Amino acid sequence: MQGSSTREYRAIEAVWRIESAALIAGLTRIVRDVGVAEELAQDALVIALEQWPESGVPDNPGAWLMATAKHRAIDLLRRGTRLEHKHEELAREFEVRGDAVEAELERSIEEEVGDDLLCLMLMCCHPVLSAEARVALTLRLLGGLSTGEIARAFLASESTIAQRIVRARRTLTEARVPFALPDTRELGPRLQSVLEVLYLIFNEGYSASAGEDWVRADLCEEALRLGRILAELSPQESEVHGLVALMEIQASRLRARVGARGEPVLLLEQDRTRWDRLLIARGLAALARAEELGGTLGPYALQAAIAACHARAATPQGTDWMRVAALYEALAQVAPSPVVELNRAVAIASAFGPAAGLELLDALVEQSSLKAYHLLPSVRGDLLARLGRFQEAQSELQRAASLTDNVREQRLLLDRAMVCAWEAGR
Amino acid sequence: MRFMMIMIPNIPDEVDWTPDPEAVSAMSKYNAELAKAGVLLSLDGLQPPSKGARVAFSGSGATVTDGPFTEAKEMIGGYWLIQAKSKEEAVEWATRCPAADGDVIEVRQVYEMSDFPPEVQEAAR
Repeated sequence: MQGSSTREYRAIEAVWRIESAALIAGLTRIVRDVGVAEELAQDALVIALEQWPESGVPDNPGAWLMATAKHRAIDLLRRGTRLEHKHEELAREFEVRGDAVEAELERSIEEEVGDDLLCLMLMCCHPVLSAEARVALTLRLLGGLSTGEIARAFLASESTIAQRIVRARRTLTEARVPFALPDTRELGPRLQSVLEVLYLIFNEGYSASAGEDWVRADLCEEALRLGRILAELSPQESEVHGLVALMEIQASRLRARVGARGEPVLLLEQDRTRWDRLLIARGLAALARAEELGGTLGPYALQAAIAACHARAATPQGTDWMRVAALYEALAQVAPSPVVELNRAVAIASAFGPAAGLELLDALVEQSSLKAYHLLPSVRGDLLARLGRFQEAQSELQRAASLTDNVREQRLLLDRAMVCAWEAGR
Repeated sequence: MRFMMIMIPNIPDEVDWTPDPEAVSAMSKYNAELAKAGVLLSLDGLQPPSKGARVAFSGSGATVTDGPFTEAKEMIGGYWLIQAKSKEEAVEWATRCPAADGDVIEVRQVYEMSDFPPEVQEAAR
């Protein structure tokens, strides 16, 4: 008995994962409050937990949950009980919009939920919320993750995450954030915020993927899933496909970027046979969709195009460095940053020789924002060594070592500095 | 986690089988649903076994038999590769497939490197 009820429970959990986002989105459209919508959806889930082990999972579980949640809402309205927050909210809404609410509640459930889902995504990533609140709300309402799961993924306590979500909901209510698609002029920046949140979630998982905790690496999969959903919801947005392409290609390297002893392996040193060809193919296809839409490529699509250059090359030597350099130049135009310039210098050095790269780097050295960035002297040291200027190379590498706290990286840099010292003394 | 949903259709191994447009349209809708949910990684339909071959191995080496394979009961017709958080989620997706009477979908989790002990992982490098 224990086994079968556990199985039922896990089956219901699976249905929740598949259906909850559309369910909450559809309910939010009706009751206009994301907190009330989530409570109603969860009420429906509780009823499912009671009934499904007896009756079995219905043929269309999503429609069943939606119908149940709506009946629950109507019930609460008619009874007019005001014991809980959600009843008050619902009653107030009912007073204002009256029959319209009831009509919407009764309406057919077999309608397209795409726009609702997009509205919910935009709402979860609304600019009135802090970045961490956007992330938590997105994972909770769109990913269907529990508070505990989000807490584990972000190495935070469950109560911290729970509070963050409660506050986020309250902020949305107080700011009267409408549950509607913004006009076309405003849609771009709003989508941008969704993309940022998804990439933040992806990177949280990506940077932690060397660790033991599978929950964190799972964040990459979750960000990818939400990105693919968004790409289906707004197929005309080039940057959405750009971000999906970037995440697919980066995720293709997950297996190769950690060595046998858990040490990080840099892109050019990775065993490319370990790259996931399926994800690369998906990434290249998403990039092609971004490019087909025409116009200037945005920062995500450009980063994806750079990642694609590496993905297409069977060996580091086979990389089309001229194209990489040109893409970094384009990226520097739309999203200027010293780090982009540094990468551009590396690409130029690979395409046109160390002297050309060094010229660009020397201009960068003047910029104060990179003064404490160890990769600048590290790259500079490498180029100097390739030009046979070993003494200068040695001091640059030593300076790079002094700027990083990562012991493993420090040792690597000092080893290289020693080789330069030896070469200089020959 | 990745799962493969393997379709074992209830079709005798004949050369002249053609898909029914209605069934194909229902299946396309299902495939689009998987894509919209962000879980679909890839899918393929396979040509009938009668056009394929089997390579069997024994102590004396490999023996090749061309299709059709009259004695075989279960033959693969195609597959979906999906991303899911649990076996139950993959199974839930499989139950939603507009499959025909007698069809079977087998749901199998794909091995990740981390599923193996260190010495096996080392051997795969």
